[in-house]
Amino acid sequence: MRYVIIGNSAAAVGAVESIRKYDTRNPILMISDEPYHTYSRPLISYYLAGSKEEAGMLYRPKNFYQVNGVETLFGTKALTVDTARKEVYLDNGEKVSFDRLLVATGGKPFIPPIEGAAGENIYSFIKLDDAKKLKEIAQPGKKAVVVGGGLIGLKVAEGLLKRGVKVSVVDLAPQVLSSILDSAGAQVVQKHLEKQGMEFHLGTTAKTIQSFGPRKIVGLASGMELTADFMVLAVGVVPNIEIVEGTDIKVNRGIITDDHMRTSVADIYAAGDVAENYDVLLQQQRVIPILPNAYEQGQVAGANMAGREAVYPGGFAKNAISFFGLSLVTAGLVKATEDSEEYVAQPGENQYLKIVIRDGRLVGFIRINAVDRAGILTGLMVQQLDVSRLISRLLTPELGLIDLPDDIRRSRLQGGAVQWR
Amino acid sequence: MKRIYAQEKYCIGCRLCEIYCAAVHSEYPDDLVKAFKKAAMVPTPRVKVEEERPLSFALQCRHCEEPHCLKACITGAMYRDEETGAILNDKERCVGCWTCILVCPYGAIFKDEITGKVVTKCDFCLHMGQPACVEHCPNGALQLKEEGGDE
Amino acid sequence: MSLSMITPEFLIERNLERCIKCQVCVRQCANEAHRYDAETDTLSCDDLACVGCHRCVTLCPTKALTIRKFPLEFRTNANWTPDAIKAIYKQAETGGILLTGMGNDKPYPIYWDHLLLNASQVTNPSIDPLREPMEVKTFLGRKPEALEIKDGKLKTKLPPQLELDVPVMFSAMSFGSISLNAVKSLAAAAREAGTFFNTGEGGLHQDLYEYGENAIVQVASGRFGVHYEYLNAGAAIEIKIGQGAKPGIGGHLPGEKVGKEVSETRMIPEGSDALSPAPHHDIYSIEDLRQLIYSLKEATRYEKPVAVKIAAVHNVAAIASGIARAGADIITIDGFRGGTGATPLCTRDNVGIPIELALAAVDSRLRSESIRHQVSLVIAGSVRNSADVMKAIALGADAVYIGSAALLALGCHMCQKCYTGKCNWGIATQDPNLVKRLNPEIGARRAANLLRAWKHEIKEMLGGMGINALESLRGNRLMLRGVGLTEKELEILGVKAAGE
Ligand SMILES: Cc1cc2nc3c(=O)[nH]c(=O)nc-3n(C[C@H](O)[C@H](O)[C@H](O)COP(=O)(O)OP(=O)(O)OC[C@H]3O[C@@H](n4cnc5c(N)ncnc54)[C@H](O)[C@@H]3O)c2cc1C
Ligand code: SF4
Ligand code: SF4
Ligand code: SF4
Repeated sequence: MRYVIIGNSAAAVGAVESIRKYDTRNPILMISDEPYHTYSRPLISYYLAGSKEEAGMLYRPKNFYQVNGVETLFGTKALTVDTARKEVYLDNGEKVSFDRLLVATGGKPFIPPIEGAAGENIYSFIKLDDAKKLKEIAQPGKKAVVVGGGLIGLKVAEGLLKRGVKVSVVDLAPQVLSSILDSAGAQVVQKHLEKQGMEFHLGTTAKTIQSFGPRKIVGLASGMELTADFMVLAVGVVPNIEIVEGTDIKVNRGIITDDHMRTSVADIYAAGDVAENYDVLLQQQRVIPILPNAYEQGQVAGANMAGREAVYPGGFAKNAISFFGLSLVTAGLVKATEDSEEYVAQPGENQYLKIVIRDGRLVGFIRINAVDRAGILTGLMVQQLDVSRLISRLLTPELGLIDLPDDIRRSRLQGGAVQWR
Repeated sequence: MKRIYAQEKYCIGCRLCEIYCAAVHSEYPDDLVKAFKKAAMVPTPRVKVEEERPLSFALQCRHCEEPHCLKACITGAMYRDEETGAILNDKERCVGCWTCILVCPYGAIFKDEITGKVVTKCDFCLHMGQPACVEHCPNGALQLKEEGGDE
Repeated sequence: MSLSMITPEFLIERNLERCIKCQVCVRQCANEAHRYDAETDTLSCDDLACVGCHRCVTLCPTKALTIRKFPLEFRTNANWTPDAIKAIYKQAETGGILLTGMGNDKPYPIYWDHLLLNASQVTNPSIDPLREPMEVKTFLGRKPEALEIKDGKLKTKLPPQLELDVPVMFSAMSFGSISLNAVKSLAAAAREAGTFFNTGEGGLHQDLYEYGENAIVQVASGRFGVHYEYLNAGAAIEIKIGQGAKPGIGGHLPGEKVGKEVSETRMIPEGSDALSPAPHHDIYSIEDLRQLIYSLKEATRYEKPVAVKIAAVHNVAAIASGIARAGADIITIDGFRGGTGATPLCTRDNVGIPIELALAAVDSRLRSESIRHQVSLVIAGSVRNSADVMKAIALGADAVYIGSAALLALGCHMCQKCYTGKCNWGIATQDPNLVKRLNPEIGARRAANLLRAWKHEIKEMLGGMGINALESLRGNRLMLRGVGLTEKELEILGVKAAGE
């Protein structure tokens, strides 16, 4: 029996660690087009900013593959999968066969249909190689335009700013971080970033990119023009489903998976940013491209591949980010809809707290500059406990287990497992 | 593995557990006075006393079987010590992204106030004979045992 | 408000070189004698608030604190002592009765310290308790006139007896005057040590029924918490007539200490004052007392000994004789140094007589009337160590009660502020913040340790006298000699002077 894993990041590592819990014998082969030891993808912005060296980015220790008995094939791209013959075709002309396959190919940058977007000095920011290229060009005094004011866009903008680059961020939404923050929270973040010297053009988008030698002129939908030495396109990440396209593996936006992380084809699993799974709060299938989910999905896939029944209970979005000393955490639904209500508190300068409640259950929260112990809220979301009587207590910066009802607090003190109900 | 269990009915909110925890993780683990007076900064206690009189209790990392923090850690800084099963944080690798804080349902991971840039959490006092909080709790409100705390 | 003349009793000293500003003292002092000012990052103290309980001193992790007597001096005056002067200031300010807790602290003679024990030399050699059996078991209760033995077996049916593995019991301290955790500690220690605790007049809390076999349940003038199950839950019943720390007066548990649990246990409304009348309103004679004794025996099918507790007062011997004749199985005599949760200072310090003299007088009287075997004698009122126990037994006691010593084992620091309800050690309080401070598991261990230690010492001293059973010491006043006592005192005590 042979396990083949395509990918070498969070989901893939989760799978290896879990397979090896139950099966220390059968061979595992990991394939990745990136030529590196597994590294922490989010750290590429730290690398860009200069606060992490390449050597400090390892996601697992140097001996990871050896300890886990993993054969690696790095710097090699998988082109496609023959699901009937159970073979993966590689870009070096070879093929490998598998008994169980995990597709953990993650995401790839979405390139927006902007005129001139394919030109020189226009970068994405997803891989270590992207960061390496950017680091080279990002000299103090240069000007950059970052298209996309989401998590990746702002992280790259922060990194560039720290390198002394002048940065303008453009986003179609009228606010930054529109998928994980409400507008009031986004205001706090934006003001903070502006104070550091970041410039924003929101509610508009880049329409045209003209190159004049090394310089660019970016035409915005608003009519304004920005000049730049280089650009970063960070408008989004889409599932990297190329290798399964045209096969009988069902895809929607990402690869469709069930609660065992199985795809529609037997013995083939998918996990991480490439996979669609159940969002327990939105109550629909979707990709939630965050590292904790990728690892956990990988773990569940790995266990099932090794013949151990494991269930992925579904997930929800949760993000922790900091920019220049401002830290924020958000989870779940951050804006009330017709069937939910929201509560907000602004206890201190630059602090912003919000919770969203649906049917008495916590379904989302934002905490800016009050991240301490936020996991207590995440735990309440996971357990779907009735919090209707705790609302004011959950809206204080100094949140604690003491704010929970007696029985829940006691079960926490016992170290009772916190699981999805 | 053994865990530390809080007996909230006997916790008197003195916070000696926090005080000793900070001290044994300072440059002067055996000397409270020096730890608090000479060290440039006193470490953040890894045990947290919560109080709303008359209720109080001290909580530290549960060293979970299925640790949310370890799974969520974006850098791999959070790891399990193979020998003891304790969940530990590698300060060199941690970048202070607070993802673990966001997922720990116990609220047992804290910002390290000395650096402000990494997290700190209970390390089971593996460098000592016994967890300092348990050893110095004057009222038996913290117990090191296999399973179970208050009734 | 006019000028107060009350000055501190204690001076709090903080060694700033050691203080790490952890504020444990601030959190631990229920009297709020320590304060932390965040603005200046300094700790300060209010000496006036300090009662000298040493909670802060004991918990301070760097031992930066000490408490001294406040050094303020008055002009020396053998008559107008500082205490006398300060008492007047207080009363002039409040117009009230001065209250206090614990026992009489005035320098009256302590007869235990004027009595010395014997030891064997050469003849009647001493016994090593580690090598040879040593019996310290004690039975409390009425003994028959004579024993009939047939075929090597006891034929006489014995009246009910309490069996003690060590001749020391925990004296009556009610749930209400002390915390439930304190009672639990003593109950568990009594079980562990094979002896008894006394419920006092506070009834038996639900949690304590499991310790019933080691409980002596009290029936006092307020009859709080007395009902059929209660009487039958204990191993013995004690009718409380008087208490050494407050002979002749009743008790008063203020309403604020009558929380849910106390109210349920005492069967009185929550928040209402629990007033124990000075006398039992149905006892005005020995005959009345006899009626109550027998009602209680009826209620418990004559299966449990009934004790009567009185304070040691002037006519104690005659009173004891009456009680024996009224049918009591055990008489408890509480001396004037006995402790309490609250008593008027004037009563505590000036009423009653020393327990040593009372015990000797009662024992002699009952012997002379040939009724000594009808009752067991238990004494209370400041037994401080195993030597005091030995001396009491030699003077004629069957067993002793310890109250203050038991509380000290739990952590009491004798600050005498029991009546304030703010006991920093979680003992004499109902404040849930403070009650928690006494973990009954730890309390039980400490109290049981004390009894274990005393038991070892008693065996050691018995062995030294060449005696291998406590029974042989009982009433054996030849084992005692007096020092520094008058002829009259020696006569009452029934002991010879040292050297005789
Ligand atoms: C700049 C940045 C910051 C981020 N910050 C955070 C954060 O703070 N918190 C958070 O939770 N998430 C963050 N994320 C998202 C997080 O990195 C991803 O959710 C996570 O890496 C997904 O892991 P994965 O294993 O599914 O896929 P990926 O990490 O995307 O890895 C996929 C792997 O598969 C390889 N691969 C792809 N296709 C092929 C092929 N055809 N053949 C061979 N190999 C292939 C790739 O080279 C890569 O090694 C960030 C992402 C970026 C880019
Ligand atoms: S704060 Fe440190 S330990 Fe926690 S998730 Fe981030 S990198 Fe990992
Ligand atoms: S040392 Fe013990 S009693 Fe004090 S706060 Fe900590 S757990 Fe509570
Ligand atoms: S009353 Fe007790 S705790 Fe308070 S200062 Fe005095 S000795 Fe310390």
